[in-house]
Amino acid sequence: MENVKQNNSRNALLFIIGLGIIIGVIVPIVPQLVWAVSHRWAFPDLLPEAMSGRAWKYIANPNSKVLSATLNSLVIAICVTVISILVGVPAGKALGMYKFKAKGAIELIILSPSIIPPLAVTMGMQVIFIRMGLSDTIFGVILVHLIPTIPYMTVSMAGVFANYDPAYEEQARSLGAGTVKTFFLITLPTIFPGIVTGAMFAFLISWGQYILTIIIGGGRVITLPLLLFSFASSGDFTLTSALSIIFLLPSIIILVITSKYLSGQSSGMGGFGNI
Amino acid sequence: MTNRARVSLLLAPSLIILCVLFFGGFLLGIMQSLNYMPMIGLDSPNFEAYKMMFTDEQFFQSLLLTLWISIVTTVLVIVLSIVSALALRNTFVGKRLVNFLYQFPITVPYVVITIGTLFLFSQSGSVARIAYNMGIISDQSMFPELVNDKFGLGIIFVYVWKQVPFIGVIVLSILQSMGNNFEELARSLGANKWQSFRHVLLPIIIPGILPASIITFAYTFGSYEVPFLLGRPYPAVLSILAYRLYDNVDLNARPEAMAMAVFMTAFLVVLVFLYKKLLNKASGRD
Repeated sequence: MENVKQNNSRNALLFIIGLGIIIGVIVPIVPQLVWAVSHRWAFPDLLPEAMSGRAWKYIANPNSKVLSATLNSLVIAICVTVISILVGVPAGKALGMYKFKAKGAIELIILSPSIIPPLAVTMGMQVIFIRMGLSDTIFGVILVHLIPTIPYMTVSMAGVFANYDPAYEEQARSLGAGTVKTFFLITLPTIFPGIVTGAMFAFLISWGQYILTIIIGGGRVITLPLLLFSFASSGDFTLTSALSIIFLLPSIIILVITSKYLSGQSSGMGGFGNI
Repeated sequence: MTNRARVSLLLAPSLIILCVLFFGGFLLGIMQSLNYMPMIGLDSPNFEAYKMMFTDEQFFQSLLLTLWISIVTTVLVIVLSIVSALALRNTFVGKRLVNFLYQFPITVPYVVITIGTLFLFSQSGSVARIAYNMGIISDQSMFPELVNDKFGLGIIFVYVWKQVPFIGVIVLSILQSMGNNFEELARSLGANKWQSFRHVLLPIIIPGILPASIITFAYTFGSYEVPFLLGRPYPAVLSILAYRLYDNVDLNARPEAMAMAVFMTAFLVVLVFLYKKLLNKASGRD
């Protein structure tokens, strides 16, 4: 009897928490989905008076800045991701697989951008960027986006390499494989899932940046978040919502791809707070 | 190649980029906060910016609001992430769906959920509409201010929404790696459910999520996007106040903006230092 009662209250609690997660996650996203296709939706109507494809027509119009902003966002995020992989994977290997002097200090240097707000340091460097002609350029924006992404990539790769067994490489070498062959046949396939996960989150960190892009891009390098903020402040909810949905697409794709790696086992989650 | 040379080579690109950009930017910020940067005509170093900041009533109100938002967020995130992870440890119908949705906020950009929160909780938002249609309120002004409010409730909601799964996934992995043995042992020794949670699980979970919690606290403390859309113009959080001074047409406000950035940095560095000390002390006692 006692056990049945306990089980029932346990199930009720699980039900409430599970339902809470489902509602809590989905509901805040729903109004945007409706707003994006609504014509007029005044208080206190629960549903819009009429539907409209106005926002989507605007977005598809080549004169509308949206396409070029999307392109800018993509170019910047892809460049940032590639550079982060190129420098973050080796650094992660050093931190994950080797013991050396001053390791603690170097970890501290690499982690500090996830503690100290990038806003605080970017304001300081803008004057130099102007001098060097990097201000208002896509290249300058790519450089500042590296501040939050490199630490993220490095820390998550350090986690991957900490679980990596170098004995396989030795075996391959002892069987006659050269350095290049060993890398492509043994090392890369082992660390590849880790790189993909890390890269996708580095992409998302860059994709979502607003304030760093404004400070260094000076309002000349227009990315999607910049458009989103300006539409949101102007109060055009229909357009804001449509852009917001476009902005959300990479996240959904990435979640579907990475959700199996995220289920608790992956290490180096240190940078997720930055997305 | 010696190990030393190999490690240096592996680390060099990362460290060079970060040192030049990050620490370079920080040093330049300190110099400008001291009114010293001959390149842009600041050549008489002084502490005026800091004096101005520490006598500015607005600064203290902003600091208070920023601390309130970051502390409440962090406490809520820790509690909710532990509760939800404990629930997700069980098997139940629809667990795959719940698990998937649980991780969804991790990848959603802050801007998207910020706009969602605005549409949901503003006085003309969905919740207010439902309340009106149910006859709970008779006018939209009767709906409580939940966004752009005095207490930063909307801002806190967004941060909690984004950060719970981030910490929760870490709690889940801690729970998975420790298995049920400790709890079962505690239960077999006569501990009740609460006791085995309080004295067995919690002491293992808390140190495991502290580093990530510090990172999310720091993020909440210094981020700009969410309070920009969901906050009030006055008092605004520190990052907004700093950027407003920085963006001022009057270039004389720049040093104070930089002083504020330096203050935020120093504050977070001291916090991490204290945390490290606390951690060392705790592990030294065991």
